[in-house]
Amino acid sequence: MAKDLFVIAEQRDGHIQKVSLELLGEATKLAKELGESVVGVILGDNIKDKAQELIEHGAEKVIVIEDPMLKEYVTEPYAKALTAMIKEYDPNIVLFGATSIGRDIAPRVAARVHTGLTADCTRLDVDMNEYFDYLHVASNADTKAIEAKLGMDDKTLKMTRPAFGGNVMATIRCADYRPQMATVRPGVMKKLDVIEGATGVVEEFKVEFTPEDMNVTIREVVKATHKAVDITEAKVLVSGGRGIGSPEFFGTLQEVADLIEGAEISSSRANVDAGWIARDRQVGQTGKTVRPELYIANGISGAIQHLAGMENSECIIAINKNDTAAIFEVSDLGIVGDVKVIIPKLIDALKAYHEAND
Amino acid sequence: MKIVVCIKQVPDTNEVKLDPVTNRLIRDGVPSIINHDDKAGIEAALQLRESLNDGSTVTVVCMGPPQADVALREALAMGCDDAYLLSAREFGGSDTCATAIIISAALKKIGYDLVITGRQAIDGDTAQVGPQIAENLGIPQVSYAEEVSIAGDVVTVKRQYEDRYHIIDVKTPCLLTALAELAEPRYMHAGLIIDAYEKDITVMGFEDLKDSINPDHIGLMGSPTRVVTSFGKMPKGAGTILNVDADEAVKAIIAKMEERHII
Repeated sequence: MAKDLFVIAEQRDGHIQKVSLELLGEATKLAKELGESVVGVILGDNIKDKAQELIEHGAEKVIVIEDPMLKEYVTEPYAKALTAMIKEYDPNIVLFGATSIGRDIAPRVAARVHTGLTADCTRLDVDMNEYFDYLHVASNADTKAIEAKLGMDDKTLKMTRPAFGGNVMATIRCADYRPQMATVRPGVMKKLDVIEGATGVVEEFKVEFTPEDMNVTIREVVKATHKAVDITEAKVLVSGGRGIGSPEFFGTLQEVADLIEGAEISSSRANVDAGWIARDRQVGQTGKTVRPELYIANGISGAIQHLAGMENSECIIAINKNDTAAIFEVSDLGIVGDVKVIIPKLIDALKAYHEAND
Repeated sequence: MKIVVCIKQVPDTNEVKLDPVTNRLIRDGVPSIINHDDKAGIEAALQLRESLNDGSTVTVVCMGPPQADVALREALAMGCDDAYLLSAREFGGSDTCATAIIISAALKKIGYDLVITGRQAIDGDTAQVGPQIAENLGIPQVSYAEEVSIAGDVVTVKRQYEDRYHIIDVKTPCLLTALAELAEPRYMHAGLIIDAYEKDITVMGFEDLKDSINPDHIGLMGSPTRVVTSFGKMPKGAGTILNVDADEAVKAIIAKMEERHII
């Protein structure tokens, strides 16, 4: 019988991606509810020494698939390896990060084994009570009707995701096929604190490749030249929307960020599209999902696509001239006012605060 | 070379709302458009045809209800050579896996050297149908294509990742999924708009494809995934809103930062 939760860890140049650790954290929670184990899977060339990192983040077992063919990500060798692994181990659940790699490989593998795949999930549930607790808070969904359909003992994976640009949420199930597969949006799940010295089983899984499996030629690998800022890692985000009025004002917001430890600047889509700031700073449905300890929304009206990317921040402070702006509906503290007046005063206040307290 | 572009007709999602009582999508009055990434795919295909200039053709394929012919007419008016509509009651309710089975069955009939799909559709945002078509056809895929060129039977693609790009050579037959950045779609040509309404759109239904489709693997009942429920998001509930002078506002912000141990 299909069992256990498998997390397909993503590595780039030997570095495990953060989303994979987040998935191990989420899988650990779901595994308890299922009474099953968490298995990490890592593919690459000379990658075995990374297994320990997965164990320290919640994997009880790690399957290592090593081959020179797996050095750079290429769809077919990875699809072949993962299909063989799934046939051998018969997982109940397989999770991928919803990255440009995960969203390339997962559908190919799902079609090959003929099972369901749900894209870009932002919430996963197994236990029905937990799922209903979520629905009761987050939605007006008719839980009575769902209970009548599934019963309260249902242990299938309930995969919840936004659709229609974040206007609608949907929960999807794959009841009749295994494994149940999902790609999960980076930045949404929580990784565990590192379990120092954790131990687990490391198993090598051999896949026989043929030269034909390498069915494309990578002529060139060009890494982004500027050091990409990962706004999903920031503790505080000082974010600017259309209301900041000019690209120069990002400099002013940067001054605020410089005065707060762990802070970075970020943006709504409009300013990115206008070329005021790099795309890797964009928060929202088509940008990144963030959940910093504090999100300061400056002149951001709160379009639903933007809210989809930041509403799970632990604390939200919004400054906006328009007292009916949608951003205020998700804010812990809303300030009706002009960012161009308030932010310079905030900079002075933060400087004074540091002088008095440091 | 036969280039086939797969497109989807989608509601303009900015205008889609959920009925707060029934939790059903309100689609009345919401304009239907060709999905953005797919339209970039059409444009890229037309540019490749022009660069080859050897009698290559661009075929456009859309699965959907009969009204989706509007999307195909628009593609013809952009300059595509011929169009196929895959439409049948049996296809309704298909998830990505089932959709890919239907489209690949049609592609086997239509023939192809290069297949282009959009990276993802703005209604479902799954990005799954392209790779799943490639899998069913047994051909290589290169997704997230940002630039494309062609020489002989080798397609060269700039494949985007979050932190890098790869320049990839792939031989036809193969499938690409197009980012919106791949090509800026041209406007429909006035003369071609008239032609588009005179051209025939070939409709393929279940009967046309049934010899290469397992009926248990398509439609709502044949789809591995099913929707349990859909719902609108509830606002988390507003906190304090202050309409005070700037100095008071700054004090409140500093107090909040202290309270949350940010400073």
